[in-house]
Amino acid sequence: MPTNRFSRRDVLKGSTALTVGAVFAEPLRAAVPEASAITPALIEAAKKEGKLAFYTAMDLQFAQQLGKKFEAEFPGIAVRVERSGAERVFTRIGQEYSANIHAVDVVNTADQAHCIVWKRNGWLAPYLPEDVARHFDKRYYDPDGLHVTTRILVSPLGYNTNLVKKEDAPKSFKDLLDPKWAGKMVKGHPAYSGTIMNATFQIARDLGWDYLEKLAKQRVMQVQSATDTPKKISLGERAVMVDGAGYLVIRYKEQGQPVEIVYPEEGTPLATGPSAVFKAAPNPNAARLFQNWMHSRGAQQFLVDWARQYSPHAQTVEKPSVRPLKDIKLMMEDPEGVHAQAEAIKKRYAEIFKV
Amino acid sequence: MTIALPRRIERRPISFDLSKPTLYAFAALLCVLIVLPMSWLVYYSLVDPSGTLTLDNFRQLFSEPAFLDPLLTTFIVATGSSFFCCLVAAPMGWLVARTNLPAARTIRALVTASFVTPPFLGAIAWEFLAAPNSGLLNKLYRALTGAEQDAYLFNIYTLSGLIFVICCYTFPYVFVLIANALDRIPGELEDASSNLGARVWTTARRITIPLALPALLAGALVAFLQAMTLFGSPAILALPAGFHTMTTKIWSLFQYPPKPELAAAASLPLLILTVMLLRAQHFILGRRGYSVVGGKSGNPRLIPLGRMKWVAFAACMAVLLLPVILPYAALFNAAFSPIATTLLTPGNATLQNVRFVFFELSATSLALKNTFILGALAATFGTVLALMISYLTTRKVVAGHQALGFLATAPIAIPGIVLGVGLFLAYTRPPLVLYGTLWILLLAYLTIELPAAYQQMQSAFRAVHSELEDASRILGATRLQSLRHVTAPLLRTSVIATWCFIFVSVIRELSAAIILFTSQTKVVSVLIFDLKESGDLGAIAVLGLCMLAITFMVVILINRISGFGGNLRRVAG
Repeated sequence: MPTNRFSRRDVLKGSTALTVGAVFAEPLRAAVPEASAITPALIEAAKKEGKLAFYTAMDLQFAQQLGKKFEAEFPGIAVRVERSGAERVFTRIGQEYSANIHAVDVVNTADQAHCIVWKRNGWLAPYLPEDVARHFDKRYYDPDGLHVTTRILVSPLGYNTNLVKKEDAPKSFKDLLDPKWAGKMVKGHPAYSGTIMNATFQIARDLGWDYLEKLAKQRVMQVQSATDTPKKISLGERAVMVDGAGYLVIRYKEQGQPVEIVYPEEGTPLATGPSAVFKAAPNPNAARLFQNWMHSRGAQQFLVDWARQYSPHAQTVEKPSVRPLKDIKLMMEDPEGVHAQAEAIKKRYAEIFKV
Repeated sequence: MTIALPRRIERRPISFDLSKPTLYAFAALLCVLIVLPMSWLVYYSLVDPSGTLTLDNFRQLFSEPAFLDPLLTTFIVATGSSFFCCLVAAPMGWLVARTNLPAARTIRALVTASFVTPPFLGAIAWEFLAAPNSGLLNKLYRALTGAEQDAYLFNIYTLSGLIFVICCYTFPYVFVLIANALDRIPGELEDASSNLGARVWTTARRITIPLALPALLAGALVAFLQAMTLFGSPAILALPAGFHTMTTKIWSLFQYPPKPELAAAASLPLLILTVMLLRAQHFILGRRGYSVVGGKSGNPRLIPLGRMKWVAFAACMAVLLLPVILPYAALFNAAFSPIATTLLTPGNATLQNVRFVFFELSATSLALKNTFILGALAATFGTVLALMISYLTTRKVVAGHQALGFLATAPIAIPGIVLGVGLFLAYTRPPLVLYGTLWILLLAYLTIELPAAYQQMQSAFRAVHSELEDASRILGATRLQSLRHVTAPLLRTSVIATWCFIFVSVIRELSAAIILFTSQTKVVSVLIFDLKESGDLGAIAVLGLCMLAITFMVVILINRISGFGGNLRRVAG
C-alpha cells in the first residue's frame, strides 16, 4: 500500500493529534519567531534565485498585478502565479507533496483550515514579516509565525442592476427562497473554492442545512470559483449571486458594470485568506522576500485600492465608498470547525445540489 | 541497438539477426506502456485505503446515488449523442460522397475543422452562444422578438445541451467513416442495379444502404464511445447544469482527500464497456465485410441532385454552422470585446485580453512551452514507434508479430481519463516516480495516440510492396540500408502526416492531462480549464484562438502533403 499520499486515515490521525496537541499546546509552544525585515542580504539572495512560484486562490487578474508589482520593485525575480480555487490549490499541493514534488514557494489560500493541515504536517516555515509583527492584530497571524492573514474576504449577496430593481433586490438569505428567484441565482461550489467552503460551513451552522436544501430547490446555477459568481451576474447570466467574492462586485461596480452588493441581514459569511512560506520551498529567499513584501504597507494598500479587498494591516486606508468591515454584520469564522467538517460538507453539499 | 548492424552483417558467418530482440524490446515497451498502468488500476479498485482486499469500492459504485446517477447520465448522453451523430452525419456523408453536391471539398474541410476543435473549447464557445441569459443567440432572440428579459431560446446548461455540444465534435467520426465507405463502393454495383431496371430509390435501398450499413454501425459505436469517455465538454457544462457524468465524477474523486481506490473502481466500467463495444464492432464488421475493395473498380457514380443540390448544400452549411462557424465567431467576439458576451463593435474592440494573456498571465509561456515540447516529442516518438512496429508486422519479419500489432492497437480501448488514473497510480510510486515530470504526460500521449499512428503507418507500409525492398536486398543491401534508401523515401509523406496528426491530437488532449499535470507541467488545455474555473472568459478565448491557429497551420501542412481525410478515417476506425 502506498504511503506517499494522504488517506482519510491520515486526516483522522491528524485530527486526533490536533486535539491532543490543543491540550498541551500552551506549554509546548515555541517562542514567536523574531520579526524579519527586508534586508539587502535577503534581496541579494532572492535575486540569485531569480524566481518564485506563488500558488493562490485570489482573483487571477489581481494575482498577476501583484506579481508584476513585485517584479517591478525587485527586478530580476520572476513571479509565476498558479491560480485556482482554494480547495483545488490545497488538493494540488497535497498531491504534489505526497509525490515529493516541492514546487510551491508561497501560498495564499482562502481557507484557514488548510493552514491547520499544513502546519500539522510540518510543511510550513516560520517567518514573521516586520510589518505583521508591528501592524497586524494578533488574530491575523499564527502564534508560531507559520502563516499570516493576507486578506479578509466577505461572501455577500449580489445582483445585476439591469435585471433587478433596487427595491426588489433580496435583502437576506431568507429572501432567496422566494419562488421569484427560482432559476435566477448563481452559486459557487465548496469543493473548489475556500471562500465558499467557509460560507457554506457558516450558513449551515447559522441557518441550518435545511436552508441549503430549500435553496437547492430554487434551481441554482452552480459554478466553481467564488471569483466566478460576480462575473456571472455582471454578464447578466444570472440575476443574483448567493455567494462569492464581494471584492469583485465592488470592483466591477466601480468599473461601471451593472452590479450591486447586498450584505444579508442574517450576517455575511467571512473567510480570511492566509499566506505561508513552505519549508521545502525551492526558492526560500525569494519566497521570504515575497511574503514579507506582500504584507508591507505598500502591497497591502495596493490590495485595498486595486483588488478592493479588506486588509488586516492597521495602516491601510479604505475608500469611503466601501462599507468598512466593522460595520458589516459578519458570521463567525471557525477554521477548526471547517477543518473537522470539510469532507462531510462536500459530501452533503453534493447530495443536496447534485454536483 | 541498430547502429552497429550494417558492419556486422558484412561478416556473414557471425551475422546476427536483430529483428527478434527488437521485437521483444518493443513488445516489452508496449507492455510497460499499457499493462502496468492498467494493472495498478485493477489492483486499486480491489483494495481499501489500507490495502486490504475488498469489493467495497464496487459496492459503493453500484449502490450509492452519487455514482449511479452519473452512470445513468453517461449512458443517456452516450446513446443520445450516438443517435444524433448518425442522424446528421449519415445523410451528409452520402451527399458529399455520392452526389454532385456543390463545394463538397469545402464541406469536408469544415468537417475536419470540427474534428480538430478541442471539445472543451467548443463547449465554452457554446456557453458564449447559448447560455440562457447571457448567450449571444438568446440575446439575439430577445432583441428580435421583444421577449421578456429571462426568456430564452436555447439553454446549453441542460442534458440536451450537453448532448448537442458532444454531437458537434463527435459527428465528424461518423461522417468520415460513412463518406469513406461510400467512396469505396464501386459504381458498377449500382450501375448493374439500374441496368436491371431498379429505380434510384430501390438501388439505394437494396445496394447502397446495405453496403454502407457496417460503416454506419461502426460510426454509431465510435460516437457512443467518444461521448461516453469524453471529459472536456461535460467538465465545462455539467456542473452548471447540475449533474455529473462518469468522467467528471472520476475527476472529482481526486479532490482532497483523494480517493484513488474509488476512482479506479469507477474507471473500470468505462474500460470494460469500451473493450466490449470494440469487440462487438469487430464482430459485426468482420461478418459483413463485403469484399468491395478488391480489384480496381470505377469511380462511384455521382447522383445528380438537380435543383435540390442547392437545398442540400444549404442544409450541410447549416449543420456546419453549429460546430465551426458560430463557435469560432463567438470565440473571436469574446477575445476582442470588453465583456465576453457583449457584441463586438468597432467602438468597443479592445486588446486587453490579448495583452493579459501574453504579457500579464505568467502561466502562459510555461504552458505553451510544455505543450510544444510534449507535442513534438510525442509526435516524434510516436511516429518512430509506429513506424518500427508497422515494419515488423507488415513485413512479418519475425514470428509473433501479430501480438505486437495487437498491443499497439490495444490502447484504443482505454479512455483518456482512465489512462490518466492508471498512469497516476503507476508512476507516483518508486521505483519510477514520473509524476511531476513531463515524462508521465509524454507516456500518456504516446499511449493514446499509438493506435491511430500505428494504423496509419501500417497502411502506408502495405502500400509499398515488399518486392522493392527485396530487389534492394538481392543487390546486396542490408535490411537497414534498403529501409533507408528504398522504403523511407516512399514513406516520407505518410510519416510527416502521422507526425502532424499526433501533434494536433496532443494539443487538444485534456482528459488524461487533467489527472496528470502539476503546476510545472501544465499544458495549454489545462490552463484553459483553470481559467474556466474562475470565469476569465476573455483570456480563454484568446488562448483558444491561439490553439486553433496552431492546429490549423499544422492541418494545412498535412493537406499540402496528403489528403487528411484518409488519416481521419483510420483514426475513427
